[in-house]
Amino acid sequence: MNALEIDGVWKYFGDFPALRDVGFKVDAGSVVALLGRNGAGKTTLLRILAGLAKPSKGTVKIYGSEVREEPTRRRIGVLGHGISLYDELTATENLVLFGKLYGLNDAPKRAHQWLERTGLERVRDGLVREFSRGMRQRLAVARTFLHDPEVLLFDEPFTSLDDRAIAVLQSLIAEAQARGATIVMSTHQLREAIELSTHIALIKKGQLAYAGERRQEMLDDPTWLYRTYEGESAS
Amino acid sequence: MKQDISRKGAELAKNEDVFFASSAPLRETFFSFLRQCLTIAAKDLRAEWRTKEALNASLAFSTVILILFSFALDPNPEMMQEFSGGLLWLVFLFAGALVLNRSFAREMQNDCLDALLASPVPPSGLFLGKVLANYALLMMLEFLCLVEFGLLFNVRWLGNVGPLMLVMALGTWALTVVGTVFSALTVNLRLREVMLPVLVYPMMVPPMMAAMILTTDLLAGTALGPGNMLWVRVLVGFDVIFTLLGVSLIDTVLVG
Repeated sequence: MNALEIDGVWKYFGDFPALRDVGFKVDAGSVVALLGRNGAGKTTLLRILAGLAKPSKGTVKIYGSEVREEPTRRRIGVLGHGISLYDELTATENLVLFGKLYGLNDAPKRAHQWLERTGLERVRDGLVREFSRGMRQRLAVARTFLHDPEVLLFDEPFTSLDDRAIAVLQSLIAEAQARGATIVMSTHQLREAIELSTHIALIKKGQLAYAGERRQEMLDDPTWLYRTYEGESAS
Repeated sequence: MKQDISRKGAELAKNEDVFFASSAPLRETFFSFLRQCLTIAAKDLRAEWRTKEALNASLAFSTVILILFSFALDPNPEMMQEFSGGLLWLVFLFAGALVLNRSFAREMQNDCLDALLASPVPPSGLFLGKVLANYALLMMLEFLCLVEFGLLFNVRWLGNVGPLMLVMALGTWALTVVGTVFSALTVNLRLREVMLPVLVYPMMVPPMMAAMILTTDLLAGTALGPGNMLWVRVLVGFDVIFTLLGVSLIDTVLVG
């Protein structure tokens, strides 16, 4: 069963094609590392997968349905560059808010559970604006996993996370993978991404340069992929 | 014949069952949509109540304008009968822009808009939730302005308070709906504080004209009647049309 089907996706910003005929399929339960240089089009593709932008041409389907359909969005969890939390609300209020928006009947209970899991139980009634950076990031992770999404989309998930948040996120990704969730993450951290992933998609200047299973060569030498498919050394 | 009637009765009852069975998911969808709208509205009101950013700024701004007008115009009762409505709605418009500007700008902090758009809330639900929150804030602000206006300009508005509230409710809905759409449209602009009034005010000419004329009439002691009902219809028509337009266009505005 394909969790994601990306077919002939183009995205123009003005006259500039940020994505050019990108297409690949992702099996349910896969972990896909979306790799590429800065400006290659990774974030644009992830935003299209999350339904935050529409492709100029082509289609994206998640479990056979359009991304912008309401039932499909219930199945997706997105962790982007920003934490997507309200500074003026408390940690509990933020999680309960998103729980309600996802139609969870037990939103307060789930919020409480996730605050415990991310080590934020002690500050559950504290305003987010008073939180340290690490605490905010852990709360963002809790928001992403709150509704048990079947498809997880991460944009640079480990960038600017503190050690504790990285540990929390890694364990949650492993757990999600074990329960069969499909994960797509864009990242620059080659070694970590390749170790975590089952599949790799490499985007070069808006075009798909490689899409397929992770190979032993990639594990042995993370720069192998760039050298082989981009024809240059990885920085 | 009797048998025929009972058969028809049974058919009707069956149809009724089918109707209620098929309307149940529709009803559930509607209530789910309503819950999402109210959740968004409650979130916005709670956030505003904690910071009071827009409310304090708009209240202070409207007070300053009213005081300046009271000095500049040195109003007498005859003069006030002529332009009390215009003056009041100008204050509502200027102060309202400050509230409406914050509406979607609040979502840009920490990329909250992305999380809302990625959630199952339809953009129309997000829009209506924001409209409800803005409407509550604007009505509260306008009521306070009305009290200040009465005190500063010695205008007695309690005589026609019911119709006056109706006009304020209709005019404010128009301002809120148009303002919220343009707040979404200008949210990514660097000069959004300037662009919002520039875009909203020309659109607001028909409902503001109606609201100004009706408010002037009501403050002068003229009741709502056949003579000014046309303006009430203008307000109602504008509200309905622009609410439908806002709901149907917001997906394109927010997601592209």
